[in-house]
Amino acid sequence: MLSYVLRRFLYAVFVLFGVATVVFFIARLTGDPVAIMLPPDASAQQVEALRHSFGLDKPLVEQYGIYLLHLVQLNFGESLRYSEPVARLIAERLPATMQLAGASLLFSLIIAIPAGIVAAMKRGTAVEGGVLSFVLLGQSMPVFWVGILLILVFSVHLKWFPTGGIGGWRHLALPAIALGLHLMALVTRLLRSSMLEALGSDYIRTARAKGLYPRTVVAKHALRNSLLPVVTVVGLEIGALLGGSVVTETIFAWPGVGQLLIQAIYNRDFPLVQGAIILLAGVFVLVNLLVDLCYMIVDPRIQYK
Amino acid sequence: MKRLRGRMKYALVWFSAAVLALFVLLAVIAPLIVPHDPNAQNLLTRLKPPVWLHGAKAGFLLGTDNLGRDIFSRIVYGSRVSMTVGILAVCLSGAIGTLIGLLSGFYNAVDQVMMRIADIQLAFPTILLALAIVAVVGGGMNNLILVLGVTGWVPYARVVRSEVMSIRTSDFVVAAQTIGVTETRLLFRHILPNIVAPIITIATFQVASAIIAESSLSFLGLGVPVNVPSWGNMLSEGQLYLGTAWWISVFPGICIMLVVLAINILGDAVRDYMDPKTRLG
Repeated sequence: MLSYVLRRFLYAVFVLFGVATVVFFIARLTGDPVAIMLPPDASAQQVEALRHSFGLDKPLVEQYGIYLLHLVQLNFGESLRYSEPVARLIAERLPATMQLAGASLLFSLIIAIPAGIVAAMKRGTAVEGGVLSFVLLGQSMPVFWVGILLILVFSVHLKWFPTGGIGGWRHLALPAIALGLHLMALVTRLLRSSMLEALGSDYIRTARAKGLYPRTVVAKHALRNSLLPVVTVVGLEIGALLGGSVVTETIFAWPGVGQLLIQAIYNRDFPLVQGAIILLAGVFVLVNLLVDLCYMIVDPRIQYK
Repeated sequence: MKRLRGRMKYALVWFSAAVLALFVLLAVIAPLIVPHDPNAQNLLTRLKPPVWLHGAKAGFLLGTDNLGRDIFSRIVYGSRVSMTVGILAVCLSGAIGTLIGLLSGFYNAVDQVMMRIADIQLAFPTILLALAIVAVVGGGMNNLILVLGVTGWVPYARVVRSEVMSIRTSDFVVAAQTIGVTETRLLFRHILPNIVAPIITIATFQVASAIIAESSLSFLGLGVPVNVPSWGNMLSEGQLYLGTAWWISVFPGICIMLVVLAINILGDAVRDYMDPKTRLG
């Protein structure tokens, strides 16, 4: 088991290394970043001096090596616009993004788990039809459209919530719902189908036959087994959640890493773009590592070789 | 009751197909039906509401935006962007993914490398990878199609790979090998035709994803240029006017939702029709 954990960990490191490599080469696609940073009338000498100060006159392989070495030391370079270390800029914004992603996750699970159970238990009724229609709708609405609808209804017309910014829970509510809706639909759908599968299985019939309360059968026997695929999918969907946070933060002026990233792209602040993308991808890899390890605890049937 | 539900589902699928066909048709014949030039600005007709509301101006069915441009005409032209990007990106990613999947399923060495690359790519949320590339190479429709096409190969490759692995030992493959069919011919003429069903199913859903990705990038100002009418651009421009002119962003939003909903319903139907046992990850 220890060797599994170790192997899984090493693989996560490998993926992170791959991510860093991809980002490095995408960033170099642009050609010479110095050309964008200097005014067009800069002399050849100035260009050369700046290239030298960024180490861009070194061979590509050497640049890549230095870049990796810096990454291991969590040195993401310095932002071109703010002249501050990228790592510090991102660290300042990270709590807001985590708060938003956490709230969305919580919101989606609080709704999706009961909805999935109910849909499975009331099979063939209008309740199931209603839940499934809602699921289909939720899966078909891009996050920016949900966000705009929520602002239109709850901020502009009803004036219940602010249109954007960060503050108390009232600021958090709309962006969390907008970002979490898609995951909620997905989890509801998945939980319903895995509950249906579980409810039709032999051990449930046994549990019922021996006279357990229906509630116990559903909550303790069926639900626990049905939650396993949900855990995996939630782990994988954290990536979509982080990606969606870029859009959500832009709509709701939420000062997180996503908003920082978009502004960095507008400003062509490449070190900051690199850092933010590596960080978001890194969080995703880490979450999935944790999910895999949790799986081992939750499902003792799995043999790790 | 059950029969009624079956019929409703059937009707819904046909309705979705009709909605989709309508948008494709709009995209094709856009120049013939729009009442105004989608980019014609007119400050005298700024922010006019749709015709059924008070203060509307005749001839502007869905109202006008902050520059006096006709929303209806812009939506019709916007469907061109969405449909073109959605369909072409999926053709590209489907071709790449299928090829990689075929090779991975057949050659173990290719498999070892490609599946590692797939894992690395999946570590990037789709929109983030697209953002990173677009940030560097710039937006525009061609770049969007390329970016979404190149980054969308993983689901195809994974499914095709496992399908190939499951049929490579079946009798017809072994028979073809025995009579000396070349490997290229074996892969493309014998194996590929037998695994088309899951590819079509994935492709259907991926069109929806590509349309969402395009409109998200355009919404962020990193997709098609602002002078090209697209649904994402319109939503983003309308966000500033939500309090006064909701129609600027609501109508294109409804269009995105309708198209994606129709594709998802059709995708479900295609999946059920092709193979009731197919389960997509």
